[in-house]
Parts: sequence; C-alpha cells; structure tokens
Amino acid sequence: MEKREKREKRDFRTLPYHLMLLPGVVILTVYTIIPFLGNVIAFQNFQPILGFMKSEWVGLDNFKYMFQLPDAFLIFRNTLVIAIGKIVGNLLIAIFFAILLNEAPGVRFKKGVQTICYLPHFLSWVILATIFRNIFDGSGLLNQLLIQLGILKEGIVFLGSNKWFGPIIIGSDVWKEFGYNAIIFIAALAGINQELYEAAVMDGAGRLQRIWHITLPSIKPTIILVMTLNIANIMNAGFDQVYNLYSPIVYRTGDIIDTYVYRVSFQDAQYSLATAVGVMKSVISFLLIIVSNKLAEKFANYRIF
Amino acid sequence: MLKYNTKSNRIFDTVVIMLLLFMGLLCLIPLMHVLALSFSDKNAVLAGKVGIFPVDFTLASYKYIMKEGRFFQAFGVSVKRVVLGVGINMAMTILMAYPLSLEKREFPSRDKYMWFVVAGMLLGGSIVPWYFVIKSTGLIDSIWALVIPGAVPVYNVILLMNFFRNEPKAVKEAALIDGVGQLQMMTRICIPLAKPAIATVALFSIVTHWNSFFDGMLLMNTPAKVPLQTYIQSLMINTADISKLTSDQLVLQMSQKTFNAGKIVISTVPILVIYPFMQKYFVTGITLGSVKE
Repeated sequence: MEKREKREKRDFRTLPYHLMLLPGVVILTVYTIIPFLGNVIAFQNFQPILGFMKSEWVGLDNFKYMFQLPDAFLIFRNTLVIAIGKIVGNLLIAIFFAILLNEAPGVRFKKGVQTICYLPHFLSWVILATIFRNIFDGSGLLNQLLIQLGILKEGIVFLGSNKWFGPIIIGSDVWKEFGYNAIIFIAALAGINQELYEAAVMDGAGRLQRIWHITLPSIKPTIILVMTLNIANIMNAGFDQVYNLYSPIVYRTGDIIDTYVYRVSFQDAQYSLATAVGVMKSVISFLLIIVSNKLAEKFANYRIF
Repeated sequence: MLKYNTKSNRIFDTVVIMLLLFMGLLCLIPLMHVLALSFSDKNAVLAGKVGIFPVDFTLASYKYIMKEGRFFQAFGVSVKRVVLGVGINMAMTILMAYPLSLEKREFPSRDKYMWFVVAGMLLGGSIVPWYFVIKSTGLIDSIWALVIPGAVPVYNVILLMNFFRNEPKAVKEAALIDGVGQLQMMTRICIPLAKPAIATVALFSIVTHWNSFFDGMLLMNTPAKVPLQTYIQSLMINTADISKLTSDQLVLQMSQKTFNAGKIVISTVPILVIYPFMQKYFVTGITLGSVKE
C-alpha cells in the first residue's frame, strides 16, 4: 500500500519530464522511425498510389536486380574511393596544419590564419560548387594560371574529365574541412606538458625531432580516436558536394550511392530499386558505426553517450 | 628555456610561417575570386582577365540583383526558415536534453527514452520513404516542410545532454537545500549554466538551416517558396551544359556569371555576420562533442 503510494507520487513528479519529451518523440517517430520502417518498399514493387501497405511484395527481386546492374559496382567503388580519399586527406592535412600552428610564433598571426581556414567549413556546397565551377572551368582561374605558367597549352575542363573529377572532389573537400578538422588536434596540442619540450631541448633535440618524438606521440590518442570515428563515414562520399559538381560525363568516376539513389528515385521513379540500394548502404553504414564505436571505446576510451 | 635566436630556429620559423600563409591564401583565393567577379565588368570576365581583384570596378551586378525580385524572395524564405527552424530546434533540443540528463533515480524512464533517441540517431529511412512520409503528412510546398521533419537534431540533443550531465553537482545540491523546485532547477540553474553549449548548438542550427538546399529542392514545388540555396542551385543547373550552347548564349552565360557571383556574395553575408560569434563558441562545441570527463 505504502509502496504504491510512493510510486504514484514519483510518477506525478516525473510527469513534466514525459511531457517535455513528448513532442520530440512524436516527431522522431513520424519523420525518422516510420521512414525507417518504410524501407520495406525495398522488398516491394512500390506504387505511390498504393502506399507502403498495399504495394505488391516481391521478396529479394530488387536486390537481385541491383547486383546485376553494372552501375551497382561502380557506385559502390566510387563511394569508397572518394570517401576514403577524403578521410585520409583530411586527417593528414589537419594534423599537418595543427602542428604548423603549434610551431608558429605570433599569436595574432596564428589567430588570423585560423579565422581564414575555418571559414570554408561554414559555407554551403551550393555556394562553393558555384565558385569551383568557375575556377575549374575550361577558361577558369586555374586554367589561366596553368597556361600563363606554361604548364598547359590549352585549358582542361577539369570537372568534365574522369581523370580529374575524383581528385577534385577529394581535394576540394579537404580544402573546405581541413581547418575545422584541425580544431580537435589543436586542442590536444594545447594540452601537452611544456616541460617535455624543455627536457628535449636540454638533450639537444632539434625542432623536427621534437615534433616526431614529443608532439606526435602526445596527440596519438586523438589521432586514433578521429580515425576510428571516421570509419563510420566510409559510405558517405558527400551528396551535396558531388551533386553540385558532377555531370553525366563523369558518372563513371563520380557517381556515388547517394546521387544514384536520388536520380533513380526522383528522375526515373524506380522507387523500390533506389530504396534497395539505399537499404544496402544503410545496413553497411550501421555495421560500420557499431565497429567504429567499439574500436573507439577500446583504443581511445571514448563513448558518445 | 627554449633557445629561440639560433639561426636554424629562425629558418624553421620562416618555413612554418610561409606554409601557413600558403594555406591561408589557398583558403582565401576562391572566395576573393568570386568577390572580384561580382565587382568586375562583364567584358573583363568574358576575356578571362579577372583573378582575385576586380577589373573595371562596377556595381552593375548588384544593381541588377536589386531589381530582381526572385533573389530577395528566396532570401526571405531562407530568413523565415532560419527563424522558425532554429526556434523549434532549440526548443526541442533543450526540452529533450534536460530530462535525458537526469539520473535514473530522478527519472526512472530515462534509459528507455535514451534508447529511443539513439535509435533515432542510428536508424533512418532511405530517401524515398522519407519523402512519401513528408508528403502524406501534408507538408509539401509549405515552409513547415523545411522545419518540422528535421525539428529534432539528435546529435545536438546528446551534446547538450552531456553538457547538463557535467554541470557541477555541488551547485545543484546547494539549490536543492535552498528549496528550489524540480522545474526551477531546470530554468534557473541548469539552463543558465549551459549557456555556452546552448549558444554553440543554436549557431550550428542557424548555419545548417541557412545552408541546406536539398529539402528545398525536393519538397518545394512553387518557385516563390524555394529557399535561397535551392534558388542559387537552380541557377547553376541552367548553366551546367556549356558545350551545347551557341556563342550568343555563351556571351549571355558569361554576363550571368557576374550576376551569380553577386548573388553568392550576398548570400554569404549572413554567415560572415555570425562568424565572429561562431568562432567564439564552436571550439567549445567540438571539444564538448569529443572530449569528456
């Protein structure tokens, strides 16, 4: 009797919390959980008029069809190549940048460089793609420069070349993100015990030796953490960027899973096939997230919640 | 102490400074290029003479944009979505983060909700079911389509929850002894203490709303209701296939280039305005997300 009274009192006290969570729970249910359940259309021949519930079931047909498409191999390969290129490039350049800042004299100079290098992260790919389309155009800034320097005789349409498209996607993403990605390393560098450097100077270590033997080992845990967390992004090659820079000429090297899914669903109206590809991606991504979090927990003692 | 005036040290410093200057310039040049294009005469642009400084300085493209209604219509839609979207994002983030930050004995259902939120972060529909759910809730072509489906930024909820959890326990205990009620604990103690985290999350939310183009492209059918980034993106599509244009069209395209550059510059201004505030906070934001006690 007494116990029950206590529970009721407790429930009354927690009622405001339930009410606070309610709107968010409703929205997540409607716009995240139901679309997740809606992934069943990958196993259907989905007709928008019939909806999720009444469309015809076709089992694994969409997946079988997907694996017969030559595009399927291409988009998975392009996604992996672009995403891994971005992860590696961003990691290396961000560490390099953070170490340069750590070594540079002059607080105001460093602040200025940081301010400039963080900025591109906050600009949208729509804006940046418009700018890059100008720069990499056949008569754009880069070609003018290369022709003036005598490296090229006539302009290359970089974004229309299967040879250049991938490197440009990776390079421009590193350009956009390296400064921002460096922040976590800069924070780690700020925490290094300065006495270590002083001791190294006593021992006659040069600047490069100090970087190699003190700086890098000190931020190794952060590097490992960032690497493991990035595993989760191996299937994300960046829809906004690719969509705004590619064209049919470079589908062979530039078409990624997300752009393919978008085209197949909203231009070709092959909803079920597109969703099958999307589901395939989600399953792999989900496994990668689990793996990356397990690794991060094991090697860097990190848990997000 | 570190010996700084040796010759090798000075050379090393010079190399470091040169490399940093190079990286800074590399970040700046594309932005200066578009700024230069927007202030240059279209004939100079056509002749490919414009680098990072304007050639034959003119305000022609800005005057042209001022007269063009569509651009400012789209600008207005974006302002509206930022105001509504950030407001709702913040309300949801705070309302969810606080109860989730409580101990299990204060709020026994906390773990169940937490599982739900984590599921909301990890799971998600592919784009087709996502689109048809939004369609069936009647949001297509309404400003709410840009606001409601993304109303709960799960990652920000977790970030703020972690911040609430790390607030000093002593302050809360002292408040309890002073007889502060459970909701006052939230509004008077925990939220004011979390101001830096809330500012970080709000600024991120502003940038996300201002920058997104995809939902506008997919969910808005009426041109007048399209947000700014989607509008600018549609300009780009029109100029994509340069190889198929006649020379007259090409000249027209090139003069469009200066107008488009002007539009890009104007649409970047709001980001530049909040950038100093961002810089104050985003470093905290990142370290919050990654470094924990």
